[in-house]
Amino acid sequence: MSPAVLGLVTIIVGVGGCLGYFYLSNLFLDKVLFPARGPNAGRNINRANMVRPWLFLGPAIVALGLYLGYPVFETLRLSLTDRTQDDAFVGLANYQQMFAEPKFWEAMRNNMLWLIVVPAASTAFGLLAAQLTDRIKWGAFAKSLIFMPMAISFVGASVIFKLVYDARPAGNEQIGILNAVWMQFDGGFGSILFLKVVPVLILAAFAAIVAYVGWLLLRPILDGKDNIVLKALRAFSGLVSLYIAVIALRNILDIIGMDFPYGQPQTWLTLPFYNNFFLMVVLIWIQTGFAMVILSAALRGIPEETVEAAIVDGANPFQIFFKIKVPQIMPTIVVVWTTITLVVLKVFDIVFAMTNGQWETQVLANYMYDKLFRANDWGVGSASAIIIMLLVSPILIWNVVQARKEMR
Amino acid sequence: MDNIAGRKSGLSWAVNLSVVVLVLLWLFPTVGLLVSSFRTADQIAASGWWKALFPSEQVVQLRTGGAEAATQEGELWVVKGNLLEEAEDGPETGTEITRFGVSSKAVDAYAVGEVASFTKDTKTFTMDAEGNYRFTSTKELKKRGQRVFITATLPPEFTLANYDQVLLSGNSNDSMTKAFLNTLTVTIPATIIPIVIAAFAAYALAWMEFPGRALLIAAVVGLLVVPLQLALIPLLKLHLNIGIGKGYLGVWLAHTGFGLPLAIYLLRNYMSGLPRDIIENAKVDGATDFQIFTKIILPLSFPALASFAIFQFLWTWNDLLVAKVFLIDSTGNTTVMTNQIVELLGTRGGNWEILATAAFVSISVPLLVFFAMQRYLVRGLLAGSVK
Repeated sequence: MSPAVLGLVTIIVGVGGCLGYFYLSNLFLDKVLFPARGPNAGRNINRANMVRPWLFLGPAIVALGLYLGYPVFETLRLSLTDRTQDDAFVGLANYQQMFAEPKFWEAMRNNMLWLIVVPAASTAFGLLAAQLTDRIKWGAFAKSLIFMPMAISFVGASVIFKLVYDARPAGNEQIGILNAVWMQFDGGFGSILFLKVVPVLILAAFAAIVAYVGWLLLRPILDGKDNIVLKALRAFSGLVSLYIAVIALRNILDIIGMDFPYGQPQTWLTLPFYNNFFLMVVLIWIQTGFAMVILSAALRGIPEETVEAAIVDGANPFQIFFKIKVPQIMPTIVVVWTTITLVVLKVFDIVFAMTNGQWETQVLANYMYDKLFRANDWGVGSASAIIIMLLVSPILIWNVVQARKEMR
Repeated sequence: MDNIAGRKSGLSWAVNLSVVVLVLLWLFPTVGLLVSSFRTADQIAASGWWKALFPSEQVVQLRTGGAEAATQEGELWVVKGNLLEEAEDGPETGTEITRFGVSSKAVDAYAVGEVASFTKDTKTFTMDAEGNYRFTSTKELKKRGQRVFITATLPPEFTLANYDQVLLSGNSNDSMTKAFLNTLTVTIPATIIPIVIAAFAAYALAWMEFPGRALLIAAVVGLLVVPLQLALIPLLKLHLNIGIGKGYLGVWLAHTGFGLPLAIYLLRNYMSGLPRDIIENAKVDGATDFQIFTKIILPLSFPALASFAIFQFLWTWNDLLVAKVFLIDSTGNTTVMTNQIVELLGTRGGNWEILATAAFVSISVPLLVFFAMQRYLVRGLLAGSVK
């Protein structure tokens, strides 16, 4: 049977089956099992209404349980067994083997980099784009163009950016835009301005913001109002932010001291460490539109009185933005941040299509794919999947807590 | 919002300019791919795509007339004519030629009007800016004419040949036609089935009272986040054990399972916001839950259904991982477009004309859906993440 016919049949059978199931099971419940007549009519109606929700939920619960619930436990079990020894229980041996592999730590390091850079950059660009496009007449049009990459697959985006990063030998015409721009730099005044001064300023601003956030996190500890868990959490995240700020400052020194290979076309994707950032650009390019759409809606939801009051009090536009608007949309920023974090943790296609983890660009999801389907090592592959699960679980718990709060 | 208090920002030109820069930056990579898909391999290799949009100085190879066009003048065989008029698909007549050359090693050796003499001075060639040339040789000419390279400023030139190659040629390596149909076959059932299942579940979670409801909603919120990477091996094992194996049925089921949490979450949020009166009135009038659902709730929930349908469509169309694990077997007959492109990246990494065209074929459908139904997409995003 041709796949198209098969597809059509499946749609009819699937959809028809679902509708038929819901209709017939309801009919059976109302007419046969608990008919709403005779001496027990009242009791029957109540009973039917007790059963009905489960009829409606049945297929969904089965599908969710089988396709998302069961695999979590099965993967956990697989990560503790060895396939080559007839699924014998081997304890944490798979994890030990994984932790001994440098490639795993490379993937962890890169994933952490992705986790910091991509959500931060996407949210920042999104906020900037939202704030700017809300002020101009053709804002809706501009928004839809920035939003457009959302529709493009990660694989498509990878091809698009491979063309951007393409390199030809020196002396040939460069067809990748990045190298074409790069070849314009010759070590003169413009090069120093764009390759030293501007990056240093950006990094310095980044370091300042991160350090400030760290300070905001650490300061309340001195007041001593929070309980011990919250204090520990604050201390941890505050220290992490300060550490990131220190790394940024160290990179400033690196940039100042660096000798750029002017006039040499660069194969951007094979430059160790920096190639990670060239891959991240792809995801930032895709996710900025998402952040912009959500944050723009949040910005519009800000009560106008607060902004008016600030203007009357003589606040300048920057003060209005950072002290009036941003604090009010902070919950939305957190939601955007966590949503992008989830995407980052699962990022697979971009790395798979562009470098396949070579040149020190491995990430966890691709590492797992390598283990599962190339090395055929289900134990270590499952163990790395569990690591991904552990990394998302704080967000999972936070989401569930938020949802429960809302329902009350 | 600055003009609320009667003050207009003086920086509006700066805002406009920044947005223009931002939009161009975001658009530039995609446009590069689009432009490249309309250029030939030679054009792509010769110059950056951004130069293709403007008239540019190019070198074109043409030929003089051959032996049959030659006349004898004393000891010389002479060919006269106009290069541009004789060439079948060369530059248009009237193009101004600036330089020419007779060897591929020095394609712009002579200015027009100069006389090139070559092959141990047995041949001479000269031409003017309009392409009128005079070619002489002391020996009898060969059947094919002399190769001439001309330098001229030519208007941008585009071709549909790449699309022909990728869509219609039937070349099994480059062809996207099969992959396109396969992708459609995966996408449509994988979009519709979860909607049906989720709609019923969402109704129950939004409008029915039963013990454990809050727990189930919390579970759905939790499952929203579970990475599908965890599900690959257990489910593949399950599919192989129960005989589904690798194929369309498996990938439909997998997409259904993975799409359900978002579908239930979005639809429940929307349905619980519908006015209670309508539903209670219907109940008083004797409607069953099934009737209320199909006749009232479903039509009213159309915007939410559309939002999720777009999400699921984009996600299944753009997916690589699920298709690779649950669908594509060793024969490769069921390959989807994303996988086909990754393979092209491997086998034809340097052939940008094929790659760009294939990638553009694959992203054109989501882009169409995106621009046509952007409203619903935005609404769905907002319902899914802003609380």
